Amino acid sequence: MTANLNIESQSIERYLRQDRLPHIWCSGCGIGIALGAFLRAIDRATIDPDKVAVVSGIGCAGRVAGYVKLDSFHTTHGRAIPFATGLVLGNSELNVVVFSGDGDLVAIGGNHLIHAARRNIDLTVICVNNFNYGMTGGQVGPTAPLEARTTTTPYGNFEPPFNLPYLASASGASYVARWTVLHARELERAIAEAMIKPGFSFIDVISPCPPVYGRMNKEPKGLDSMHYYQEKSIIRNGADPKEADIELNGPILVGKFVDIERPTLWDHLRQVSSKAQEKVKAQAKV
Amino acid sequence: MNGDLACAEGAISAGCRFFAGYPITPASEIAERMSIRLPQAGGVYIQMEDELASMNAVLGASWAGVKAMTATSGPGFSLMMENFGLGLMLETPCVLVNIQRAGPSTGLPTMVGQGDMMQARWGSHGSYEIIALAPISPQDIFDLTILAFNLSEKYRVPVLVMSDEVVGHMSEKVTMPRVAPEDLIDRPRPELGSEEYLPYKPNANLVPPMAIAGEGYHFHVTGLTHDERGYPVMTAEAQDKLVRRLVDKIRFNRHDIIKYNEFQVEDADIIVCAYGISVRIAQLAVRMARDEGIRAGLLQLITVWPFAEEHIRELSSQAKAFIVPEINYGQMVLEVERCAGDRAKTILVPHMGGSVHSPQTILEAIREAAQ
Repeated sequence: MTANLNIESQSIERYLRQDRLPHIWCSGCGIGIALGAFLRAIDRATIDPDKVAVVSGIGCAGRVAGYVKLDSFHTTHGRAIPFATGLVLGNSELNVVVFSGDGDLVAIGGNHLIHAARRNIDLTVICVNNFNYGMTGGQVGPTAPLEARTTTTPYGNFEPPFNLPYLASASGASYVARWTVLHARELERAIAEAMIKPGFSFIDVISPCPPVYGRMNKEPKGLDSMHYYQEKSIIRNGADPKEADIELNGPILVGKFVDIERPTLWDHLRQVSSKAQEKVKAQAKV
Repeated sequence: MNGDLACAEGAISAGCRFFAGYPITPASEIAERMSIRLPQAGGVYIQMEDELASMNAVLGASWAGVKAMTATSGPGFSLMMENFGLGLMLETPCVLVNIQRAGPSTGLPTMVGQGDMMQARWGSHGSYEIIALAPISPQDIFDLTILAFNLSEKYRVPVLVMSDEVVGHMSEKVTMPRVAPEDLIDRPRPELGSEEYLPYKPNANLVPPMAIAGEGYHFHVTGLTHDERGYPVMTAEAQDKLVRRLVDKIRFNRHDIIKYNEFQVEDADIIVCAYGISVRIAQLAVRMARDEGIRAGLLQLITVWPFAEEHIRELSSQAKAFIVPEINYGQMVLEVERCAGDRAKTILVPHMGGSVHSPQTILEAIREAAQ
């Protein structure tokens, strides 16, 4: 009984800026579920919330930074990862989480994403992937499947999309997972693992966007997307991320794909630092 | 040592412990020096994937509580403008060094220019005021880099060091005194606890105290127009209040920020107004003019932004003419002209870049004005 009360008092509400609610997200949007999973993951991973910093870029998912009662930074479009890089390198005790969308992280910010993964910097990236630019009215995104309808692909998308788990793992990420917002529990566990994991972690969160992407692709309600995720998701932990392509109305491979040990950027920097200081000492002796 | 190295040493002396940059001629030597010095000093050097990322990493490091800097030149400066604006909006102390080369575009990568002076002032979108300093020698860039850090911390604003290729690459003697802790300024810190603290409630000098990440303040900052809590507010009233304060915190404190030097200005009726490397050539030209009996003087702008407008106005009642040599086709001259009004003539001596003026060119302009 006491334990139950304890759980109640540990509600995620204390991590939300109550004075900023209601939020701007549309009915049926998946960002709230992803945010809830993240906030519960802080407790699940028993991370000191004082040491958590949240960085977002621009877009619907970019608004997450504004709703969390944590040190939080709402930056420029595409630049959440390099801003977070400065935070991580400025204070190695921080647990920095980038929370943003597919357009922000993978289109305008794509270069920063692959370089952060290459560096294996201690950072968790939560990418809410809804295949389009929701905030600006549903234009095509870099992950939109071929043939998908958006407000700028009225004849169907004519560009092949990025497979995000494959991109992140090929770039060097230590931890890569994908879940849909239907998989709220698995998502929470994945975020907790990612936040504890040293090095670069990337989580692809497949999420509905009912008023624009959904409306144009036969999923006008959030629930329609949930049905789709339920029918088409295939959980395969350890799967080769190369196989995680998403086709229009096709299966969605989910699970934990990558969980490897690799020296992090801070591991390398500490070596650089001791080499530099040895050199100073050697010079002082001469 | 050369100006680029002196700049890096000035930064280390100022307490800079983070540098993020991207290689670019003629500023790369600053990055190279920082990559040696920062790990020795317990700091972090990182080469980012581009200048967009470099500027952002500098902002992030500053919010982690570290004095941070980047250095670049023309093309990189253009890319940094995006997040220079974020730095202004979040009121983030940091230093951005521009070793100017001649543009536009790729221009003359290895050769001098002063064509980014107006970009420095207006290159990021929106209304704001900035601080920019212009060094004339390796010694000067050492000293002004320290001043840049102090001003950026005091006023919570990214400060620009607008140098140029000649200053960056010339080698001269540099004296590096041990900088005492009391000579270094740190950002104002919150005195209230996390419940009462408001991230953008300003002190009397219009600068708000700054919390840093990881201290338990759980603050929010955004590039959106925001109120004193740091929360986005999408109204004309909030915009008015915020933008006025961002501008006024520099304008109201201008007497502390604006610095200049004068040579033989007391009795001068022809005043050469110059900044950066052009000061040194102008000084020679003024001396030559004096030898010819012309009452010429030199005003050196150390702080180029905010512009020394009251002082130029004052001098315009004494001077017949201002001569403005610039390695561009007329940028700061517009400011001089605006402040001089019709009280004194303003004459531009332009140079398109690739080399500095010859003293004769400036002397001829002085002679012509004296007639």
